[in-house]
Amino acid sequence: MNKTKHLIEPKDFTVEELDDIFRLADDIIAAPMKYLEVCKGRLLASLFYEPSTRTRFSFEAAMLRLGGQVIGFDDPSASSTSKGESLADTIMTVSCYADIAVLRHPREGTAKLASKFSPDMPIINAGDGGHQHPTQTLTDLLTIRHYKNKFTDHVIGVCGDLKFGRTIHSLVKAMSRYKNVRFIFISPEELKMPQYILDELDSASYTQTNNLEMVIDQLDILYMSRVQRERFVSEEEYLRLKDYYVLDNTKLQKAKNDMIIMHPLPRVNEISVEVDDDPRAVYFQQAKFGMFVRMALIMKLLNLEVER
Amino acid sequence: MINVSKIKKGIVLDHINEGQGYKLFSQLKLDEIEDVVVLLRNIPSRKMGKKDLIKIETDLLLDFTVLGLIDPDITVNIIENGEMVRKIKLQLPEKVTDIMKCKNPRCITNYEKVRHVEFTLSDPQKREYRCEYCDSPTSL
Repeated sequence: MNKTKHLIEPKDFTVEELDDIFRLADDIIAAPMKYLEVCKGRLLASLFYEPSTRTRFSFEAAMLRLGGQVIGFDDPSASSTSKGESLADTIMTVSCYADIAVLRHPREGTAKLASKFSPDMPIINAGDGGHQHPTQTLTDLLTIRHYKNKFTDHVIGVCGDLKFGRTIHSLVKAMSRYKNVRFIFISPEELKMPQYILDELDSASYTQTNNLEMVIDQLDILYMSRVQRERFVSEEEYLRLKDYYVLDNTKLQKAKNDMIIMHPLPRVNEISVEVDDDPRAVYFQQAKFGMFVRMALIMKLLNLEVER
Repeated sequence: MINVSKIKKGIVLDHINEGQGYKLFSQLKLDEIEDVVVLLRNIPSRKMGKKDLIKIETDLLLDFTVLGLIDPDITVNIIENGEMVRKIKLQLPEKVTDIMKCKNPRCITNYEKVRHVEFTLSDPQKREYRCEYCDSPTSL
C-alpha cells in the first residue's frame, strides 16, 4: 500500500521525483487533451484561510482541466472556523469528502499540522504565512527548465525583498541542490537575505549587493520580487523601500540577450510595464507553467497515470 | 557561612551558574514536590567565582533531559546512604518535546492545540532548537 504523500515543503520531493513531475508537466503542455479526464470523479478541496486569487485559481483551473471537481472556501469567516472549529477537525471532516486538499493559511506550519490529521488525503501547502510556498517553487523550477533546458550552471540574480520573500527562500534552497549555480542577492540593507538561509549555502556560491545595475550583465536569470506590504509593521518603512528597485528598459540594456526575467506576481512597481514587451520577460508565462505543474502534482499525489 | 547538612538519599545539582539556581528551581517545578529541597545561592567557588547549588532529598529521579536543556554544564551527583554514588554527565538533547514552546508569534502551534511539538537542536552553542512546524529558532 502506498503511504499518502503530502507536499508541505520543496524538499519533500527528491530531485528525481521533481524531474518526474516536470516531465509529466512537459507532456501535459504538449498534449493537454490527453489529460482531460484523468481526474474524473475526483474532488479537490480548496481551503483558503487567507485571500490569494492567483494561487487558488491556478489550483482550481488545474483540477478542472484534469476533469476533476472542486469544493472549498476562500473566506474562513464563511467556514466552520468562524464557529471555533479546530484545524484538525476541519481536515478530518474534509477528508471524508475530498480526495486531495490544497491549504493556504496565514499561520506558519499549518500545512504540516494538517498533514498529521490526514492519513489518506494528500495535503498540498499553498502557502503558510512567511514560511513555505512549495508549488510556487515548482512553478519557478519548471519555468527555468523550460527556458534554460537545465538547472545547472546558472548565475541567478535575486532582487527585492529577500528578507520576507518566502518564494525566494524556497527557490534558493531548491536551486542550491544543483551543480554550479551561483546566486547574486540584490537588496537594500533592510531586506537582506536572512542569515539562516545563507548558512545553508556554500559561502562561495553567493555574493550580496544593493546595486542591480552593477551586476545585471552577469545574470542568466533575474528573479524580481515585490516588497510585501503585509509583512511590514510600519507603513512608513514599507513606503520607503517599495520602489527601491524598478526594472526598466534602460537597466535591461546591459543584460544578456538570453537572460530571463521572472517574478512570482503580483507585481507592484518593481518591473516597469514597458518591460512586458521584452522577449526576456517570462513572468506571465510563469503563471501558466504554475497551472501545468500543479496539474502534474495533483496527478502525482493521487498516483494517477496516463500513457505517455 | 551557612552550613547545610549532607543529604542521605537524593540529588545534588552543583556548579549552577550564579543567579541561575532559582530559575532552575522553578523550571524543575521543585516548589511542587513534597521532599526536602535546599537552594543555595552565591556560594564562593574557586572555579566559577560564585555558584548556585540545589540539594533534593528524594527517592525520585529528575528529568535529566530538561536539566541538560537548561544547562548542560551543571554537575549532577546522585547520593545514596550519604555518599555520592554516581555523577551524571548532562548533554544537550538532540530532540525535545513537551518542554519548549515555539517563540514565533506567527507559528500555528501558538493558535491551535498542538500536542507534542518536537524541537530539533540546530545550534548547540546558542542552545537553539528549531520548531518542527515553522522551522523558527527557539531556545528555552
